[in-house]
Amino acid sequence: MSQNASAPAIHGTTASRAIGRIFVSREFSVFAALALLIIITEVVNPRFLSGQGVKDLLLNSTIFVVMAVGQALVIITKNVDLSVGSILGLTAFGTGSLFAAFPTIPIALVFLIGMAFGAVLGAINGFIVTLAGVPALVITLGTLYIYRGINNAWAGSKQYFIGNQPAAFGNLSVQTVGGIPTIAIAALIVVIIAAIFMFATRAGRDLYAVGSDTDAARLFGIKVNSRTVGAFIACGTLTGLAGVFYASRFNSVGADTGSGFELQIVAAVVVGGVAIFGGSGTVTGAAIGAVLLTTMTGALAALNVSKFWQQAIVGVLIIAAILIDRILSLRTARKLRVSEARNA
Amino acid sequence: MPNATATRSTATAAPVKVKSNARRVLLGRDANTVYALILVVILASIFVPFFAGVTTVSFLLIDAVPILLMAMPMALIIITGEIDLSVASTAGLSAAVMGVLFHDAHWSLGWVFVACLLVGLVCGAFNGILISTIGLPSLAVTIGTLALFRGLALVVIGDSAVADFPVALTTFATSTIGGTGIPTVMIFVLIVILIFGVVLHFTPFGRSLFALGFSKEAATFVGIHVNRSKFWLYVASGVISSIAGVFWVLRYSSAQSDSVKGLELSVVAAVLLGGVSIFGGLGGIVGVVAGVLLIRTVNYSLQLAGLPDTVLTIVTGTLLVLSVIAPSISGRLRLSADRKRSKSLPREATAT
Repeated sequence: MSQNASAPAIHGTTASRAIGRIFVSREFSVFAALALLIIITEVVNPRFLSGQGVKDLLLNSTIFVVMAVGQALVIITKNVDLSVGSILGLTAFGTGSLFAAFPTIPIALVFLIGMAFGAVLGAINGFIVTLAGVPALVITLGTLYIYRGINNAWAGSKQYFIGNQPAAFGNLSVQTVGGIPTIAIAALIVVIIAAIFMFATRAGRDLYAVGSDTDAARLFGIKVNSRTVGAFIACGTLTGLAGVFYASRFNSVGADTGSGFELQIVAAVVVGGVAIFGGSGTVTGAAIGAVLLTTMTGALAALNVSKFWQQAIVGVLIIAAILIDRILSLRTARKLRVSEARNA
Repeated sequence: MPNATATRSTATAAPVKVKSNARRVLLGRDANTVYALILVVILASIFVPFFAGVTTVSFLLIDAVPILLMAMPMALIIITGEIDLSVASTAGLSAAVMGVLFHDAHWSLGWVFVACLLVGLVCGAFNGILISTIGLPSLAVTIGTLALFRGLALVVIGDSAVADFPVALTTFATSTIGGTGIPTVMIFVLIVILIFGVVLHFTPFGRSLFALGFSKEAATFVGIHVNRSKFWLYVASGVISSIAGVFWVLRYSSAQSDSVKGLELSVVAAVLLGGVSIFGGLGGIVGVVAGVLLIRTVNYSLQLAGLPDTVLTIVTGTLLVLSVIAPSISGRLRLSADRKRSKSLPREATAT
C-alpha cells in the first residue's frame, strides 16, 4: 500500500524533474534571452514583428544557423573549424560560377555540388587535423588563409550577381510557405535532423565521447579519428549548403564573400551553450545562439541604438555566455560532490 | 618499452650532454625557421629582380613592425598554453581613441599617447582577469573581447577617420636610419624584442612560463604563481598592442575604426611558424622574430615577382600548416625509429 502510494509520487517527481530540466537547460536560457529580446523590441517598436520584419529576421538567421549547426558538431569533438568563412566564400562563388557556365543546370544539382564541394574542403581539414595530431585551431587557421587565397585567385575582381542566376533560384529566399521563407524551412529541417543525429544515434553520442575525453573514447573502442573527420566533413557540407543559400539570398558573390564569418559563427555556437572545449552542448542551442546574434543586430536597429554599439554588445554577449557557462558548471560540480558525499 | 628507452637515455646521457648546447642552437625549433628565412632571402635575391636593395629592407621591415611588436607578448602567452585573439582589436581601439582625443578633444600628443597606453593596459587587464582570476578559456574570452574592443572602437570614432596628425610625426614613423633603409622605429622594436627575449630566456619568470605551459598543476606545485603570471602577460599584450596601434595610425596617417583589423591571425600564424608550440611549453624569441620576417619576406618577394597581394594568403596558410605538421610528423618518425631501436636493443645486449 505504502509502496503503491509512493510509486506515483516518484513518477511525479521524475516528470516534474524532466520539465524542470528543460527550464534550467542551457538551450532554454538562450531561448529565453531571445524571447525577451524580441518582446522588448516589439514593445518599443511594434513594426519589428511585422510580416516583413519576421521574414527578414528568419532570412538573416538562415545562413548562420546552418553554419552554426556544422560548427557545433566540430566544437563538440573538442576541435574548431576557423575556415568556415572561406569555405562559404568558395561554395557561394562556385554556385555563381556554375550558373554562369551552365545557365540551365537544375537547381537541385547545384545544391548537391555545393554541398559536395564543402564536404571536400571539410574533409581536407579533418584529414590534416587527425593525421598530424595538431590542434584544429592552427590547421583551420592555415586553411582559412589557403581557401581564401584560392577564392581570390579564382574570382579576382569578378562578381556574380543575382540577376545572372535563374529566377527560381533567387526565389528560394523570397517565396514563403505559410509566411516562412523556403530556405528558412530548409535550415529548420537541418537543425532537426542534426539534433536527432546527435541525440539518438551511435555516431552522434560518439562525438560527445570524443570531445569530453579523447583518450577514454579511444580506450572504449570509438574510432576517434574517423569520427573527427566525419564531424569536419559534416561541418564542410553544411557550410557548403549555407554557401548556396548565400548565393540565393544576397545580391552578389565575389572574392571576399564570407570573410570574417568564422569568429561570428564560433561566437554563436558558444553563446548557444556549446562548451568551447568540447563534450557538451547541443546543435539546437547553437542554432538558437545564431538566431540570437542575428536578431540582436536587427533589434538594436529597431530600438534605434546607434549601429556603432552593435558589435560591442555582441562582444559583451559572448563574454556573458562564457561566464554563465562557468557558473553553471561550477554549480553542477558542487551538486555532484554533495550527492556523491551523500551516497558514500 | 618505457624501460628500454629509459636505460638508453641514461646510457647515452653523457655524450648527449656535451653535444646538447651546440645541438640545441643549431638543430632546435628556432633554428629551422632561421634557416628557412636565410634560404628564402638568398633565393629571392637571386631569382626576384629588384629584391636585393635598400627599398626592400625598408618596405619589408616597416610592414613587419606591428606584427613583430604584437608577436612578442603573443609568443609568451602561447608558450603558457593560452592565446590572445584580441590583440588587433586592442590596437584598433587605441587607434580610435588616439584619433578622437587628438582631433576632437585637442589633447596634446604626449597625453594622447599616455591615454592610448592606458587603453591597452585596461584591455589587457580585462582579458587577464577573465582568464586568470575567473579561469575562463582564453580562446573563447578573447574571441569575445575581439568583438568587444573592435565594437568599442566603432563607438569611440564611428565611421569617421582622423588624418590630420602632425606631418613631422607621420614622416618620422616612416623615416629610415640614414641610407640603410632600416626604419627608425626598428630601434624601438629591437628594444622590445630584447626585453621580451631576456625576460623569457634569462629570468626565473621566463623559465616559469615554460613550466606553466608544460603542466599547470606541476607549475603550481613548484610554487609558480600561475594566475599572476598569466595576468601580467595579458596586460603586457594589451600595452604592446596599443603601441602597435599608435604606430599603425602614424604609419598610415589615419585613425579609423577598422585600423589594424584582422591582424590577430597573422600574428598567431607568425608565432607558430616561429616554432612556438600551440600546446605550450616550447618556443623561443629568435624563432618568433624569424617567423615574422619569413612570412613578410616570402610575401614581399612574391609580390615583387608579380603575384597579386590577395593570392599570397595561400602562401601564408601553407607555411603555417607545414610548420605545424612538420614537427609532428618528424616526431612520429623519431618515435617509430625509437621503437625499432628498442626492439633491437635486447639483441645487442645479449651480443655484448
